[in-house]
Parts: sequence; C-alpha cells; structure tokens
Amino acid sequence: MLGCRGPPPMRGMRRRWGPAMADPDYQSLVFSYVRSPDQDAATPAHHPVVVVGAGPVGLAAAVDLAHQGGVRVLLLDEDERLSTGSRAICFAKRTLEIFDRLGCGDRMVAKGVGWKTGKVFFRDAPVYAFDLLPESGHERPAFINLQQYYVEGYLLDRARELPEIEIRWKNRVSGIAPDSDGVTLTVTTPEGDYRLRADWVVAADGTRSGVRALMGLESKGRVFRDRFLIADVRMSAPFPAERWFWFDPPFHPGQSVLLHRQPDDVWRIDFQLGWDADPAEERKPERVIPRIRALLGEGVDFSLLWVSVYTFACQRMERFRHGRVLFAGDAAHGVSPFGARGANSGIQDAENLAWKLALVLQGKAPERLLDSYDAERVPAADENILNSTRSTDFITPKSEASRTFRDAVLRLARDCAFARRLVNSGRLSVPATLRDSPLNTPDEEPFTGAMVPGAPITDAPMRLGDRPCWFLRQTGNAFALVHFMGADDCPPEAMCSLATGSGIPLRLLAITPAGARPPPAPRGITLIEDTEGLLAARLDARPGTTYLLRPDQHVCARWRHLDPPRVRAAMARATGHA
Amino acid sequence: MPTLNTEPNIADADAFYEALIDMHRDLTPEQSAAANAALILLLANQIGDLDLLRQAMAKARASVATAAD
Repeated sequence: MLGCRGPPPMRGMRRRWGPAMADPDYQSLVFSYVRSPDQDAATPAHHPVVVVGAGPVGLAAAVDLAHQGGVRVLLLDEDERLSTGSRAICFAKRTLEIFDRLGCGDRMVAKGVGWKTGKVFFRDAPVYAFDLLPESGHERPAFINLQQYYVEGYLLDRARELPEIEIRWKNRVSGIAPDSDGVTLTVTTPEGDYRLRADWVVAADGTRSGVRALMGLESKGRVFRDRFLIADVRMSAPFPAERWFWFDPPFHPGQSVLLHRQPDDVWRIDFQLGWDADPAEERKPERVIPRIRALLGEGVDFSLLWVSVYTFACQRMERFRHGRVLFAGDAAHGVSPFGARGANSGIQDAENLAWKLALVLQGKAPERLLDSYDAERVPAADENILNSTRSTDFITPKSEASRTFRDAVLRLARDCAFARRLVNSGRLSVPATLRDSPLNTPDEEPFTGAMVPGAPITDAPMRLGDRPCWFLRQTGNAFALVHFMGADDCPPEAMCSLATGSGIPLRLLAITPAGARPPPAPRGITLIEDTEGLLAARLDARPGTTYLLRPDQHVCARWRHLDPPRVRAAMARATGHA
Repeated sequence: MPTLNTEPNIADADAFYEALIDMHRDLTPEQSAAANAALILLLANQIGDLDLLRQAMAKARASVATAAD
C-alpha cells in the first residue's frame, strides 16, 4: 500500500499513463498524510535509502533507485502538494533522455512545448537567432518547456507504479544523527515524531535544505543584487515556440525581459526589476498587468495565473557527500535561472548517484564509489555556476564599463558573427562531460570527436530487428558494451564471456553497419543496425571499436579492439574496485 | 589588402569576456575609460596592419552611428 493518495481517479490505483489520458490538475492535488506502522515501531524501522524531498530531484532519485536493480526507497516530504506555480520550466535534451530511462519521458515530451531556437533583441530590433540543436538524428529536442508541476506529477505517477517506492507526505525530517553505519532520522508528522534508521540518506530538499541546516552545513557563494518578476499568463498569442530575450527593450527600458511558451496556452514572462524594486509592491496585479500590457500591446487578452518576485545566488556546498548523507539538486548547489541549469543539473545529480548507491547497497561496489559522486558532480556544479554567473554578469552589468561593453557587443552583433558569440542571454543547459572522473579509463588509442571518457553518450537512429529505434533506448540502467562490427563480421564470442563473472550486469550490443545482414547473434548479444551510419560517425567508430557505457549512459572507456581483460579492468575501475 | 576578421576567432569567448570585465573591477569610470584606451593601443600595436585597423575603426564608428542612442 502506498502512502500517497490523490483525488479520483488516482486513489488507490496503480495505472500506466499514456499520452492520451487526461492529466489531473497537479497543482491542486492534496496528498493525505497516512500513519505508517513505522510510527508505532518499538525500535526505529530500517530503510536502505531515505530520500528527503519529493521535488523533481527527489522523485527522480527515488524512481532511478527503483530502476537500479529494485532498490527499496522511502521518500519523505514535509508538504502535501506538488509545486505551486510553473517554477522550473525548461527541461533539456539530456534530462528528457534521463526521463526516458526512468519510464516517463514520452509523457513529458507529449505534453511539453519542444523548442530549439532562441532569439535575442536589443532595444527595438532583433540582433540574432541561435539554434540549440542544429543536427537531426536525435530522438529528443534540445528543450521542452513544461511546468514543474507536470514534471513532478509525471514523476510521481511513475513512482506510484513502482512497488519499491513508498512516499510519506507531511513527514518532515527534524533531526539527523549520522554514524559510520547509517543515519538515524527523527521525523515530525501531524501526529508527532518518530524515528527511522536509514543506511543512506539522499537530501534533495531544495535551496533551503532542512537536512543541510540540521547538519550545520552551508551552501556558499555569490548573491546577486537584482530582483526579477516572473509572471505566467494565459493567452492565445501568435508568438512561435521560441525563447525570446530582450536587452533594454522600449517596453521595459534599461532592463531585460524573457518570454517562453508553456503548454496549455500559458506564457512565462520574466522581467528584470533591479535591486531597488519592492517585492511586495511588484507582485500586485495592478503593477504586473501594465508591464505585460506594455510587452504585448493593446488588444491582446490575457489572464494572470501566477506571479513571483525572486532573487538568486550562485552557490554550492563544499562537498556533496557527507558520509552516509548525500546532497543533490538545489540543496547542494544553486544557480541563476539564466541557462536552465537548476532543475536540469539536479536531475543529473540524481542519476549520477542512483546507480552508484544501488551497487553499494547490493554489495557489488565498495562505499568509496560514492566519493566519485562528489568528484563528478562538484565540477559539474562549478561548470553550471560559471556559465550561470557569466550570463548574469552580461544580462545585469555591475559597472558602467561592463554595460558599455555589453551594449557595444549587442550593437556589433547585428553584422559581426564574433560579437554574436559574445552575446550571453544564458548558456543553455548541456550535461557536464565528466572529464576528470576517477571512474574513467583514459584512451590508449587516438579518437576524435566529443564522445571522450566522461561524456554522456549521444543518440542516433538505429534499427532493432525490423523496427526503427533510438540508440539511447538500448542503453542505461546497466553497464553496456557497445561493439562496432564490419559488414562481414560476426559478433565476437569474447563478448559473451564478459557478461558473466563480475556480478555486475553488462548489456552486450553489437552494432552492424547499414544494410549488413549478419548471421543470428549468439545468445545474450543484441544486434542493432546503424541505419544512417550516424552512431559510428558520432562515436568516431570503425569495425572493432568498442565503448563501455555506465548505467547513466556516460562513456567510461573505449578501445579500437575488443580486449576482454581491458574491459574487465575498466569495469572494475568504473565501479570503484580499482 | 587584408580583410578584418569578424568571424569568431577566440576559442573560449565567454572566458575572454569575463577577463575583459574583470579588468575593470573596482575602477572609476574615468579609470575604466583610460584602461580601455590603453588596451586599444596595445592591441592595435599587436595587430600592426594599418589597413586592418582602419577597417576596425570604421566598423566601430558605424556601430554607434547606426544605433539610435
């Protein structure tokens, strides 16, 4: 029995969601508090993993853990609702690929507004447009816009399909006592406190993380002295599904404005207000509506759905692993909204952590594998913070000299390509390449292209049997060995010997060139046809080339020939054994 | 005659821009203007070619003249 409930038709039911099924109003769902037998236990009940916070990151972590060999997860949330207001709306290609692996990507993409074009305006004129995914041959678009409450709702629906996950609403962590074997948590509910014993705790409880505060830890960095107004409006507007960004427009002089399209005829408008703006005043409809009217012009009907005034900081914790407590998402690091690097990076944290935690819990990897979570995601956070800080400094110049240069760049950008490269209205989220990860096996043979050890593997159109498929859908949730064959090759028998022995699941994929008709593959090997040759091109692969992919679809090693001892050594390294 | 390159030519453009803005940190507007003048002179000397410099000057002036400031 799951501890979470909503109004009909969801009550007490586990069901599979298809794109055709109508969505509930996720913002209005209230999940009742249900008393758990743990609250009456004589000694604290034991749970392998407690995830704190049922936001996008906590939900993704819980679903991912359930996917990694069926880890049992208890998810605690202090509230009884999903996100109020659209909040994070831009979900990047890599995040969609993670959602695909978690079994809810199709719903996200079906509902979301796909986009890849951004347009930049300076004062009253367009400056330039950029394309975030100029090549075809990828299943997922560069971005979708989707209100956070849909993302959380779809992840929650997915979580409810998984028997490994239990969710307890109105359960706030009010005490935490970590030791070397686990963590004792005190949980406060409407019916009083109770205690739990967890082997591991994932703190995904947001910017003002309660777990972080209880442990006396801080997230430190730079606070930006600027205020922004977010307004969601519903209207029928003729604008295309593109990201439009204005520097110093006539309708909002001296500041910046951002316009995004969301599903349900909802539009996000983001107005820079400056540090001196009064947040309470600026939130009032009589202040907000004229600003929107100035942007849209007269004669456009709209209704105001949600308004928020926010400030932000670029910050992070010094470390994300503190013994048996692991911090993820906004609890661990914060960025400005420019670049959509908050929720996207948090979901990448969750996926980086899930497979490692699962292997440790299953006794297949030593605890020190979790140090690599820190070693990989701290530099990723720094990359996001760097990009986010640079964008913010361009958008909101802090000195006269900075503003002079920014405006000069914008003036030159109309006819100089180099200046367009300098315009920075947000460097939009791309996943970090974990270049310096201790889990990578360095190349011993030359390769070209972007798919270096540490890179998230790229997608490509393929064929499996008679049916078209996407490469990424054939990978993930387990290690995968991807071996490229020549037109007349048979899959090497040596592949099969690698699938057994280590106790760590390894999927075997043999890639055939377009049009090849190989004999049936030995048992355990999946043959996939590289129908357009794009996978080989993107991976700089030749017959014999072999890639080892992690359960999170990142490259951890590659070779020009299949050599079982080297594959075993790379697997050992990628699981913290070497 | 060589032609002014207006295509991207700096590998890490964002890092360059950050360094440029950092150069002005804690300077007064007068100091910033003076530092910019010094920087232009240094870069002009590095380029060396007067034809290129004249093209750059024309482009810079035109960017101001056409923008309705």
